[in-house]
Amino acid sequence: MKFSVSDTPIDVTAAKKAVADNGCGALVVFEGWIRDHNEGQEVERLEYEVYRPVAEKEGARIIDEAIERFGVSHALCIHREGLLELGDIAVVVCVSSAHRGEAFDACRYIIDQTKTRLPIWKKEHYVSGVSEWVNCEHCAAAVHATGEHEHEH
Amino acid sequence: MKIKVRYFALFREQTGCASEYIDCSVDTAAQLFQLMAKKHARLKTEAAALVAINDEMTGWETPLTEGDEVLFFPPVAGG
Repeated sequence: MKFSVSDTPIDVTAAKKAVADNGCGALVVFEGWIRDHNEGQEVERLEYEVYRPVAEKEGARIIDEAIERFGVSHALCIHREGLLELGDIAVVVCVSSAHRGEAFDACRYIIDQTKTRLPIWKKEHYVSGVSEWVNCEHCAAAVHATGEHEHEH
Repeated sequence: MKIKVRYFALFREQTGCASEYIDCSVDTAAQLFQLMAKKHARLKTEAAALVAINDEMTGWETPLTEGDEVLFFPPVAGG
């Protein structure tokens, strides 16, 4: 499965094995972690909602685009759904290729596109007791304009 | 024309429902959203909102046809 959604902790070792290939000299892995702060607020936990039928289909397209565009050998992405605690892994991207340059580029492409194109939403629960949906509107605008994210989150 | 409308995340909270059927005479997904925003006072247009029809991502100007299931996605935030 090139793109999958998981409601249990992601097995990163298994994900890396899934892209293993003796013809590859490079493996690039991106892990997205649940962080304790966002835009000045102290985050306690985070909740992901995913609409799987479209996320899985469109996610597979992103992987295919990355393989085609950067010429890497294998790529996959696994995204969590449900309630996650600080330090949990929210998303993993693994890319293997003959050389490192294209693997870094493809990995960046996959995570950036995953953030802006897939029906995935996160609700942050703050230490203050308040919770709210994270609105990625400014990120989407930045990616459409430049193809790159202007900030981290 | 009968259409099924589904709301996710923020939009679901704003409308207070996950889905509903509507009999309407709008042409496009964008017009349908405007119609639903009149029905649900808290439902607000978002520049980065996305739309899918019958589980395929599409554009807001896509024409609707009888029996379509239209999915309104508020600004996404994966990763």
